[in-house]
Amino acid sequence: MNNKPKIGVYVCHCGINIAKTVDVDAVAEFASHLPNVKVSREYSYMCSDPGQLLIKEDIKNEGLNRVVVASCSPRMHELTFRKTLAEAELNPYYLEMANIREQCSWVHEDREKATEKAKKLVAAAVYKARLLEPLQENEVGVEPATLIIGGGIAGIQAALDIANAGFKVYLVEKTPSVGGRMSQLDKTFPTLDCSACILTPKMVDVGSHPNIELLTYSEVEDISGYIGNFDIKVRKKARYVDMDKCTGCGICAEECRLTGRISSEYEVGMGNRAAIYLPFPQAVPAKYTIDPERCLFLTRGKCGKSPKCVDACAPGAIDFEQKDEIVEFKVGAIIVATGFDVFDASRKPEFGYNDYENVITSLELERLVAASGPTEGNIIIGKGRKGEKKKKKDRETFTPKEIAFISCVGSRDETVGNEYCSRVCCMYTAKLAHLLLEKIPDANVRVYYMDVRAFGKGFEEFYDRVRREGVRYIRGNPSEVFKRGDKLVIKAENTLTSTPIEDEVDLVVLAVGLEPRQDAREVIDLLRLSQSGDRFFMEAHPKLAPVDTATDGVFLAGCSQGPKDIPDTVAQAKGAASSALGPLSSGKVMIQAQIAHVDEATCRGCGFCVETCPYTAIELVTVNRVGHMVSVAKVNEALCKGCGACTAACLSGSIQQRSFMDEQILPQIAVLGGM
Amino acid sequence: MSTELQSFIQKYDLLGCIQCGKCTGGCPVTVRTNLNVRRIVYDTLDQDMLDELAKLPEIWDCTACNTCTVRCPKGLKPAEILIGLRNILVESGEIQPTVRDALESVFLEGNPWDKPRATRSDWMQDLEVKIVEPGEKVKNLIFVCCTIAYDPRVQAIAQSFVKVLNKAGVDYGFMGNKETCCSSEVHNLGEEGLFEMEIEDNTELLNSYDAERIVAISPHCYDAFKNQYPDLKAEVIHYTQLLKELLEENKLEITGELPQKIVYHDPCFLGKQNDVFDEPRYILNHIPEAEIVEFERNRERSLCCEGGGGRMWAETESLGERLAEVRVRDAKELGVSLLAVACPFCILTLDDAIKAKGFEEEMRVVDILEIIVDLI
Repeated sequence: MNNKPKIGVYVCHCGINIAKTVDVDAVAEFASHLPNVKVSREYSYMCSDPGQLLIKEDIKNEGLNRVVVASCSPRMHELTFRKTLAEAELNPYYLEMANIREQCSWVHEDREKATEKAKKLVAAAVYKARLLEPLQENEVGVEPATLIIGGGIAGIQAALDIANAGFKVYLVEKTPSVGGRMSQLDKTFPTLDCSACILTPKMVDVGSHPNIELLTYSEVEDISGYIGNFDIKVRKKARYVDMDKCTGCGICAEECRLTGRISSEYEVGMGNRAAIYLPFPQAVPAKYTIDPERCLFLTRGKCGKSPKCVDACAPGAIDFEQKDEIVEFKVGAIIVATGFDVFDASRKPEFGYNDYENVITSLELERLVAASGPTEGNIIIGKGRKGEKKKKKDRETFTPKEIAFISCVGSRDETVGNEYCSRVCCMYTAKLAHLLLEKIPDANVRVYYMDVRAFGKGFEEFYDRVRREGVRYIRGNPSEVFKRGDKLVIKAENTLTSTPIEDEVDLVVLAVGLEPRQDAREVIDLLRLSQSGDRFFMEAHPKLAPVDTATDGVFLAGCSQGPKDIPDTVAQAKGAASSALGPLSSGKVMIQAQIAHVDEATCRGCGFCVETCPYTAIELVTVNRVGHMVSVAKVNEALCKGCGACTAACLSGSIQQRSFMDEQILPQIAVLGGM
Repeated sequence: MSTELQSFIQKYDLLGCIQCGKCTGGCPVTVRTNLNVRRIVYDTLDQDMLDELAKLPEIWDCTACNTCTVRCPKGLKPAEILIGLRNILVESGEIQPTVRDALESVFLEGNPWDKPRATRSDWMQDLEVKIVEPGEKVKNLIFVCCTIAYDPRVQAIAQSFVKVLNKAGVDYGFMGNKETCCSSEVHNLGEEGLFEMEIEDNTELLNSYDAERIVAISPHCYDAFKNQYPDLKAEVIHYTQLLKELLEENKLEITGELPQKIVYHDPCFLGKQNDVFDEPRYILNHIPEAEIVEFERNRERSLCCEGGGGRMWAETESLGERLAEVRVRDAKELGVSLLAVACPFCILTLDDAIKAKGFEEEMRVVDILEIIVDLI
């Protein structure tokens, strides 16, 4: 400290938010008598331009070198006032805030006591402000590339936006093709656009974009580093097919001894594939993959005299010797777009999903209505899923006439731990009901619902249309499905008429909700993401930072953050892309100044801080201490987030967080405790 | 009254209800009575209606099968709300004489059947039964159940159990005449005060034995001890769980053949409410030559027999076929000769239904214990 502290204290009214409960004038008057306080003022809105001007002028005219603002939480306006100080050419870290709103006026009713508490908070801030030191923010360069995890519509859209802005993208997808859940849909609500028709061009674009490196059938194995400088390791799983030689002709799959005998993931069990397969006709890349768990040659070492796919492949693309490959690269930003799982309907055993072939999920129906699906768009029940187990001659197929949808299966349901609304089921149900009526004009289609949530653009209009087309909406949440003769019985209540119902139908469609992915834990471990109460990935702020995460440079897009429809997913993907483009295009990022700092002279090298640090920002290094080689802690300033965990863990007080040094906060605590 | 209402609303989390209708939708008795539990939950929000609602005859139609509670998406307990209304009626003293007598009998004699406590162990006559005293160490403390102890039709369950226990060399002990009603049905009849008292007394009694676990023969006692008695020291299991264990450890072997077709009926208090689905089936599947079949509505979707919820004592009006009759009709269609259960109430209701339907020639309802006792 080169000069004596001259402190300015500014007490904010925040309209009536603070002033209603706290006597702001009294607090300002009180502060004026505190040590080193040169000026003390109150003002209606300190964060407003005139409020900030007040501070700037006092710095200039009164020669202030410390500022205390008593207003809201520093989370709200600390950055605002730091900027104010900087504009008045004072180091921004000479600012201390006293939170007299969230921690005082909002939580108290007694004006007198609240005023006393506000005074204490202000005094504590003043005592700390006297000891503040100037800090410098450091700058690091940014690797001009982005990793996107997940090749569904969110990942595809974000990849295209970033690539079109001129930056490199590594798009990593776990399955053999990009496209994700959207590729499984027939039509999209409420416009009834053909899903494949609008998605396929984008898939082709990511496949051919010069700035996009597509890594399908690949998984991210390791991520280290920090914003601007992440080191990425990706495992490209062996496809047992040479991507350069495969022409995608598909003769291998026709010839495979297991053709039509393996349940297709893409068709959600409603159709089958071979052991060598393209997930679906429009797959990108249009290259075949061998399923290592099912291929006879790979599992038993033998497939007839020689594998039929090898014999059939003219370009000789099959390569059973192929091994997994590790690819390493650097990126400046990461977008997580890992999507969702469909709720497993067998977790609601009362609906008989495991017992009856004609109880199907909405995604299974999606494949049945799709012209590209296993039944070429005909609604034929009895061919797929559980039909697989039956002998071919015993299979009876039929077209259902009485069809019922059950809404909210796995959503808004505490019994399965999902309190949230999945946001898409009401509308996809309306869409599927519409498509069923189109395909089976004499069908009686009804929807059992609790509430119909038609909140998006054009949703209510679509819901109106579907009802007028003859889809019956019955208000009641069914409890059970069982079989009586040839019919399925839905046990429910029509709550609008208070009538218990046993409704006999041919087909029950369970409108299953969206859940966090089973493998979400892997992504959490890679990136230290947080989960919100619903177990989806948590954004940094639910309103003002919806695509950011607690880790700088890591962004969220799509359903990994929470259930959403395609328009919202695309919008969020664009948001994540533009957020990632910020550091990429500026080429540099500022690093936290209030970070941990080690006093090498007293550090004992015990390593508690290393274990405590959630950001792996600390390591032990060997230094020469007057001729002795000793181990001491060293902080990676780019990785440190200034959380303070190490400071609390350190036994000798050698690791301290700047602006929160013991000697700075102890007087502050003393004021709060005493006086 | 407003604080009383407040507590009713809070006690049952009534404001959490979204009126989705799943409770009434799943209620097994809606096909034959006027009971609409969703409607009642809605109406209980109005304080002025509570007394009136408590007088509705249909609140006694509830069998406490708990399907509504198990499936409520908002975690409410609709069946308990009906019991709360019964409690209002009990407090006012306006209950049916049969219910009053049952409650009085629990209070005076420790059982709801108006039988003297002194004759509780009469079923043991001519049997070699190990009785334990408080303080004594015992691995499996057997809890018989009032209905099994006194009702001549179902005493055979306990008698069979004794033979099985002796044969398998199990470390066990019965409580003799000290055993007192678990009061599951006292709760279901709405006598909260007596129920709380019985929980206290029974907890003290059961904890006075140095027992590793309490083996309940009836699913109703099992459920009560497991879910309503917070302070029991011993673990609580159902006898089917013990039998499965004995079979797994080869301490018990079912050797006798039984070339019959058997269907198992899931008791609500064992299956739906406590997820014990597999153990009874495991035992039945160990019977040589027996063909075990399933009802269309089994396990989580099993149909209630209407034996619980105080229905043994409360008179109700019926608008349709009794569910137990539906059940035996389904069993007949399956062509079974044995309808196996693991609950004394199920035996009594299904037995009546078989008689009412005139199916005595074709089938019998028996407890799993009664089946295996002759096969070991």
